[in-house]
Parts: sequence; C-alpha cells; structure tokens
Amino acid sequence: MENKGKLRAPVSQKPLVIEKPVDPSYIGGTISIEINEKKVTVPLGTTILDACKMNGITVPTLCHHEDLCVAGVCRVCVVEVEGMRTLQASCAYPITSPIKIKTSTPSVRKARRHIIDLMLSEHYGECYSCLRNGKCELQYLAKEYGVDNFTFGHVEAPRYELDESSYSVIRDMSKCVLCKRCVRTCIDLQEVGVLESVERGHNTRISTFLDKPLLDVICINCGQCINRCPTAALRANDPSDEIWAAIDDPAKHVVIQTAPSPRAAICEEFAMEAGHSLTKELNTALRRIGFDKVFDTNTTADLTIFEEGTELVLRLYKAIVQKEPVALPQFTSCSPGWVKFLEHYYPEQIDNLSTAKSPQQMFGALIKTFYAEKAGVKPEDIVSVAVMPCSAKKYECNRPEMNDSGYKDVDYGLTTRELARMIKEAGINLPEMPKSDFDSPFGEASGAGLIFGATGGVMEAAIRSIYEFITGNKTEDAFANANVTPVRGFEGIKYVELPLGEKFGPVPDVIKHLVPNWDWLKGVTLKVAVAHGTANAKKIMDDIKAGGKFSECHFIEFMACPGGCLGGGGQPIPTTPEIRKKRAQAIYSEDESLQVRKAHDNPNVVKLYEEFFTDGPCGHKSHKLLHTHYVKRGRYIA
Amino acid sequence: MEKKNREGSVIFSPYIKGESIIKAVSLKREDILFELRESKLKGRGGAGFPTATKWTLVAAASAEEKYVVCNADEGEPGTFKDRVLLLEYPELVFDGMVIAGYVIGAKLGIVYLRGEYEYMLKSLEDYLETMRKENLLGKNICGKVDFNFDIKIRLGSGAYVCGEETALIESLEGNRGEARNRPPYPVNTGFMGKPTTVNNVETFASVAHIVIKGGSWYCKHGTDKSTGSKLFSVSGDCDKPGVYELPWGTKISELLKLVEAKDTKAVQVGGASGICIPKSQFERIFGYEDAATGGSIMIFNESRNMLHVLKNFMEFFVEESCGQCTPCRIGNVKLLEGVEMLERHEYTFGYINKLKELGKTMQLSSKCGLGQSSPNAFLSILENFKEEIFNNGGNNGK
Repeated sequence: MENKGKLRAPVSQKPLVIEKPVDPSYIGGTISIEINEKKVTVPLGTTILDACKMNGITVPTLCHHEDLCVAGVCRVCVVEVEGMRTLQASCAYPITSPIKIKTSTPSVRKARRHIIDLMLSEHYGECYSCLRNGKCELQYLAKEYGVDNFTFGHVEAPRYELDESSYSVIRDMSKCVLCKRCVRTCIDLQEVGVLESVERGHNTRISTFLDKPLLDVICINCGQCINRCPTAALRANDPSDEIWAAIDDPAKHVVIQTAPSPRAAICEEFAMEAGHSLTKELNTALRRIGFDKVFDTNTTADLTIFEEGTELVLRLYKAIVQKEPVALPQFTSCSPGWVKFLEHYYPEQIDNLSTAKSPQQMFGALIKTFYAEKAGVKPEDIVSVAVMPCSAKKYECNRPEMNDSGYKDVDYGLTTRELARMIKEAGINLPEMPKSDFDSPFGEASGAGLIFGATGGVMEAAIRSIYEFITGNKTEDAFANANVTPVRGFEGIKYVELPLGEKFGPVPDVIKHLVPNWDWLKGVTLKVAVAHGTANAKKIMDDIKAGGKFSECHFIEFMACPGGCLGGGGQPIPTTPEIRKKRAQAIYSEDESLQVRKAHDNPNVVKLYEEFFTDGPCGHKSHKLLHTHYVKRGRYIA
Repeated sequence: MEKKNREGSVIFSPYIKGESIIKAVSLKREDILFELRESKLKGRGGAGFPTATKWTLVAAASAEEKYVVCNADEGEPGTFKDRVLLLEYPELVFDGMVIAGYVIGAKLGIVYLRGEYEYMLKSLEDYLETMRKENLLGKNICGKVDFNFDIKIRLGSGAYVCGEETALIESLEGNRGEARNRPPYPVNTGFMGKPTTVNNVETFASVAHIVIKGGSWYCKHGTDKSTGSKLFSVSGDCDKPGVYELPWGTKISELLKLVEAKDTKAVQVGGASGICIPKSQFERIFGYEDAATGGSIMIFNESRNMLHVLKNFMEFFVEESCGQCTPCRIGNVKLLEGVEMLERHEYTFGYINKLKELGKTMQLSSKCGLGQSSPNAFLSILENFKEEIFNNGGNNGK
C-alpha cells in the first residue's frame, strides 16, 4: 500500500509524511549487519523488523501493520542494538549503519512481557466471551510470550461506554490497546479522518470529533478500521441474532443474496489459505442454515451494468449531441462507503454519481416486488438478507430512501465474518459442503457481475458490454479472452483510454428507443479511470476540481476500500496486500471458469427486461426501483 | 526588562547586545563551529548532546530550508532559569539563535515558548522588533550580504512532553504533541521535514559568550567532562531559593551552603525526571559525569515524607505522559499505584520488586525521554530512602 514504509511518529489531522528510503534503488546499495550474531546483508533503509523477517527471525508486533505508516507506539517489537542505551522499536528503525541487533536478550524478553502485561492490565473483558477469541493479536502475544497471569492486575469494569450508534461500526474502547491502527487507517490510509487520539497520559483514548457518536460524524462506514484492529475494540454491528430469529419464524420467508467477495474470502474463516472460492459450497450451507432462497448478487451487478451503462450513454448523448449541460465524468455508485465519502467531502459533485443503486439495493427492490409476485409470497413476509464483504452495506440498507419496494428493500446486511460465525454455529464445516446452484428465478449470473468484487471489476464489466454494444465487435477482439487487464491490479489509480473507432454496430434493441445510432461517437476516445481506497479517490476528485486529466474522463469507478470489495470492512481478519491479491486471484479465476462472462449475455437479466422492466434500462419502472438519489451532507455536522 | 544584579562567571558575565552577532558574521561558519567544538558545550536542556556536533550535522545536511528552534518550553518541575534568561537576558538567547542561523544556514528561528509564559510574549516580541530595527534580525544582518534571518515566537499549550524536541516539533507543526520515532533525527528531518536544530534557551545564551570569548576561555570553567557553567533553579527547603550560575563540578553540599539550606535530607537533581540524592551522597558533584541536571534542584529537609515527594512526581508523570507508548502510559500508573500501596502499607516486597523491574523496562523501552526518565524518581527514592519508606510508622510490608 501507499503508506507502507512511510515513517511518521504520531498521527494527526494533517499528516506530514516523511519518506524513508524503502526502495533500496532509491538510495542504492545494501548494508551488512548482524542479527543475533549472524552476519546478513539487507537493503539500506530496511527496518530492523523487515530485516529480521527476511532472515527468518520472528519479532512480535502489535501496532505495526503492513498497510499502515509506522507508529512505533506499542513497543512490543523492541530489540537491542549494540551501543544504544535504550531498546529500539524494530518496526520504526531504518537501518543505515552496520548495526548489531539482538532480538532475544533477557532485557528484551522482560520488556516484551512487561509491555504485554501492561496492555492486559487495561484491556477489559474475558477472552472466552469475546468476538475475537482465537483471532485476537493481544491474546496471541500473551500466549506466545509467556504471560501466564495478570502481573499488574486486570481492569474489572469497563472504562468507557460502548458506542453502538453506527449501523456499521461498534466501538468498545474498553478493549482498546491504543495501537492507533484505526487512527492511521482512518487518517492516512483512507484520508477520512474521523478517529484521533484525545486527551493524554492515562486518559488517552481514541475518539471522534467532539466525542460525538460515530453515527453523527463523517464516518463513511468503510470498516477498514475494524479489519486492522488487533482486538475487539472495533467490530461490525452484527444482525445475526435478528436473522436467526427470522429463520426460526415459520411465517417468514428468508432470502439471502451473496456478493462476489465473501465467497472468495470466507475460506479464510475455515482455516483454509486465502484464495479459494467456495461459491457453491456456500449455497448449500446457507440452505442448511435455513435460508429459503439463495440468490446471487451478481445478477443485479449485471443489471447495474445495464442501468449504469445506459445512464452513461445517455449522459454522453446529452453532452455530445444535444449539447446540454450534464455532469461528467459519471461516477460509479456501487460502493456505499465511497458514496458517503463523496456526500461528505465533495457534496457539490453528487450529480456525477450514477443514480443506479448498488447491486445489493437493486436486488432488495427486486426481491420484494418481482420475486414476491413470482413466488407468490407477500413482500411483508419476506426477510431479505445480503451477505456482503462490507460494513457500509449495513448503513446503506438503512438509508431512509431505500424502500422503493414499499418496504425496507434489504432488511439486513451481513458481513463475511458474521456469516462464517452463523455457519459455524449451525455446526457446518463449509469447505466440506456439497456444491449446489443458486435458486431460480435469478439463477447464476455472469463473470462480469462476479468481478465487481475486485478493484477495476465494475469498469471491466462495463467495458465488456459497452464495447460490444457500441462497436458491434467482440470484447475478445480488443482484449484477449475478454480480460480487460489495463483496469486490473492494485495500483491506486488506473487510467485507460479506449478509442471507439469509426465503425459501429447497430444499437441493441433494449436501448434503441433512447439513442438512434452510434454515429455521434465517431472519433471519440472513451476515457475511464479506476480508484480504490478513498485516499486515491480524493486524489482524483481534487484533480477533477483543478480541471486536470481526470476531469476529461467519461466514467470513473470508485471503491472505498483498498483492493475493492474483496478488501472490504466485512471481510475476514487479517487483511494484508498478499491476502487481497489472493482473493483477487480467486475472483478472476472463477470468472474465467464461467460460460457467461458478460452482463448482457446473462439470460436472466435479459428476461427481466422482457418481463418486468419492459420500458428498458433507465425507463420509468427501473427508475422507480433501481435508481436512487443522494444527499449533500458536507463535512460539518451540527 | 530590568536586569537584577546577578553574579556568574560565564552566562551572567558582561555582554553587549548584538556583539556576538557582529563578530560571528565576520567569521567563517567553520570557525564558529571550531570554537564551539573547543568549548565542549553540551545541550543545557538536560540531555547533554554536544552542541557543536548537532550544529555540524544540520550545517552539513543539504536542504533549501533549515530551521533553528529554541526550546523555551521550560516545563521540568522545579526549573525556572530559562524564564530568567528570557526576561532579563533576551540579548544572549536571541543573539545565540541568530548565530545558529548563520552557522547552519537557516532563515528562520522559532522560539517555542511555554504556554504559561504568555505574559512575556509581548515584551519579547517588542525586543525582536528592536533587533530588526538595529539590523540584528532581518535582511543582510550586520551588513553580511545574503545573511537573512528572523525569529518568530510560538506558544506551547501546557504539555510537558512538548519539551521533548520531536514532540515540540510536532506541536509546532500544529499536531498533537507526541514524540516521533528516532531515527530519523531532527538534524535531518525536523520541523516541516527539514533539517532543524533544537536547542535549549541556556545553550543559545552560552553560545553568545563562546563566540565572543572563545572556546578555550569557556573550557576554563567547569570540569574536563563538563565545561562551562550551569544555571541552577533552586527551590524547596532553603532560605535563598532562586537562579544561580555555578561552574560544573560544584558539590551538592557547596550549593546547599550557598542557598542556606538546613537539615537537608534529600536533593532532587534534574526535576521530576531526575534522581533523588540522599545526605550520604552530598559530596557528589554536578556534572554530566556525575549528577547531571537541566538545572532543577529541589531541596527537601528532614520534615519531608519522601513517599509524599515520590507520589507527587508519579502523579505528575501519569498526567503528563503523552499516552502514546505503552510503557509510559500504563507503566507510570502502575508505579503510582505501587506508591499508594506503600502509603497504605498494603504491599508485598515481591510486588514492589516487580515494579522496580517494570521501572527498568520503562527506562529501556519507552519511546521518548519522558517515559525513559519517568521511573528515575521511583527507583532512586526507593533505593536511597529504603529505611524511611519500608519502616514507615514502624509498619513493615506485609
């Protein structure tokens, strides 16, 4: 990640990030050092921690996180450096001279144990009643480094009140060990800046602006802080008890839609290595838990391509042919974290957001209308659950405008982690489940919908369809195997130009009533961009404000989370660049294994337009159910 | 600003405003650094880093912008000598800063003034204005072409940790006052990421004299390892508290006599973060080689309860820890709890020994000087006043 290797001690609202030379080629050369009396050579500027890792020596860490800038505050990683009076935090010490390091001396071991003891003395709660039992980094440290009692006591009552105001993130500061990963995530990684240390000394705690509840500050609900919290001080707002109750209620018809990213990551919750999709095993498990129907969110991802793609065409038509003022570039609106980020930080640009709902909310509206009718179930009896890699989806489904079906379109957003717990509670070992398909009437979706889970996926899915719609050629003609690789990968911002050429195909039937032909696109080069993580989004937005190259884009995909949905705030913990890469591989290889890989080839979606949205994409009915509006929130909240 | 009649062989010796600047600009930077090296001047804030080394590093750093920062956050309990310098001898401090600017190649000097000293802000700014009028600040200072330097004053907000140079820099930048990781050091990556020298008020004042009178003259004062003189802020149980200039090497007993202290039981040298010295060690000398101090001397007579003294210090650290790193944030709380256990006679020797070990861990593993020195009082008082503490009221530990 961008912040990796940046060295800055404390965190603050306006961080001055001091570069340290991580790239050895930057200053060049290597340096010989000694670790535990063994001579090794490392690139100049490597931290002691990385040097140890490279040489197979484990140094415990807590505040350190691969995605984040250096803090050096927990002090668990201290080591001895010969000639230095004090122990050095190995995560924060860049090697620039031929030092001699010792990682396990009596004073180092004692210091580590003391530090863990001290953290435990203030860490409220019991391991066995904790959500993170078995997945807690503090618990792990205590176990690995010889802590067998509370040497310095143990706090007996919670020090702080629980903040349960947010639909997405619950803050239990009594469990906080002040590693400040959340602060660094919020300020440096995401550049949202909702969390910061307040007060000092023993009263130091992580808080929000004026100590307001999380719901009332400009939190975008991305949940990246949860993914990086070493303890259970931050967790998602878990609706699984309500969902169990609905499942147990015979009068309720409980349906679940599953997004592409959870299925690519849930294996990690079942002691498997990252990078294995368990799509069809998950379908079976969900039925065994008691869900009445299991649907694929990719269906409405395909639908999103129709709606958002048509909207783009209409905007371009308006701008190029009708010469009317229209907000361009069009921004994607699938990521509720990004949407809220824009509403807070760039409210003047909400017109650029596609009015198309996210796949989750489209599905919600469809389930309580189209599906209810088709299945003969009363919409008020349906409980609609969405399994998402995302904590912001919990907030999204609770937005007051999300009731176009006449009911709350999606009742509960459930994270990957929460679903994994439900599966375990039901006594199911997910990886051993037999495979089964999604339920009709939506069935299986396209690979285009699937890749929504990775950064660049929405753009790739859009290109696979728009390119064919406009040019009449196959995507495969332009991109081998229909893999639009220029928009793939974890680069923070991707920019692609796509010349549309001179020859066009016929306008497809489904949008024929909207544009007569494609001739007006002659000579146009489609300019698109992709950003993931709101810090990168900010760069693009500021460039647009300044009239830079991104202001000339036509279409930009934004995802709030690093890596896109697969790195979402509801995904299994831990998260690292390596893990996110593996999840992406799982998604892309599943895409390649599918027969249908383009949204417009999804027969179920085509049928939806024939049977239900008969006036086509962006038509009257689709506008009522599949499109939404946004709120200019601004940054200053009363 | 009225000068009191103060005696002293170095800092309080006669000095004419601006004279060191006029001399400095006629010299080469290397010559000034040479004199500084000769003087063996060490940082007067307490840490004792050689000033010449620090300035040489900043002077050698290649950067367009560099900064001189004067640490006037005088927050160590029991120290008030910087206040006297700023109020009565601003010419020494500011001239020293201008010389630093000349030597390292900075255009701006910043005084980080303790928040509680706000009352002197106006007079200091007026003083800087007169310096500008006299061309001791501003462009082409004292006729030296292209030597442009100005001084600004910034107020602190009352956090003790901001006396730590990297926390001070963070605070100057508008951030929360928390120490940075080192390395990199401010000499390379300081204020706004630029090479910066942060020196104590008294260090700058010493430099002004060294430039005029030379390094070898300076070395004639003090001891081999601790050259020159030191300002002592003396408070507590004595008849003549106040600021004294004494050469390094002065014995504790000599100082006690000078300030007319009677029935002295203990002397806390170096403020809350310093060490507590019992009567049996009063023949020790002040100096970097023995009882080092940034200037704070607190005298306790026989009527004082050393456990109360210690409790006061520990309460101070619990409150003033920035809360960033674990050993300091929680460790100090545990040490304070230990003191309270001793007060209530509810302790075991086993636990007190564990706390002593914890104190050593805090010294070794805290992120900055605050946490590293906060157990000093605990460790030295428990060591030097065992009898009194553990036999307190005839109650032995349980």
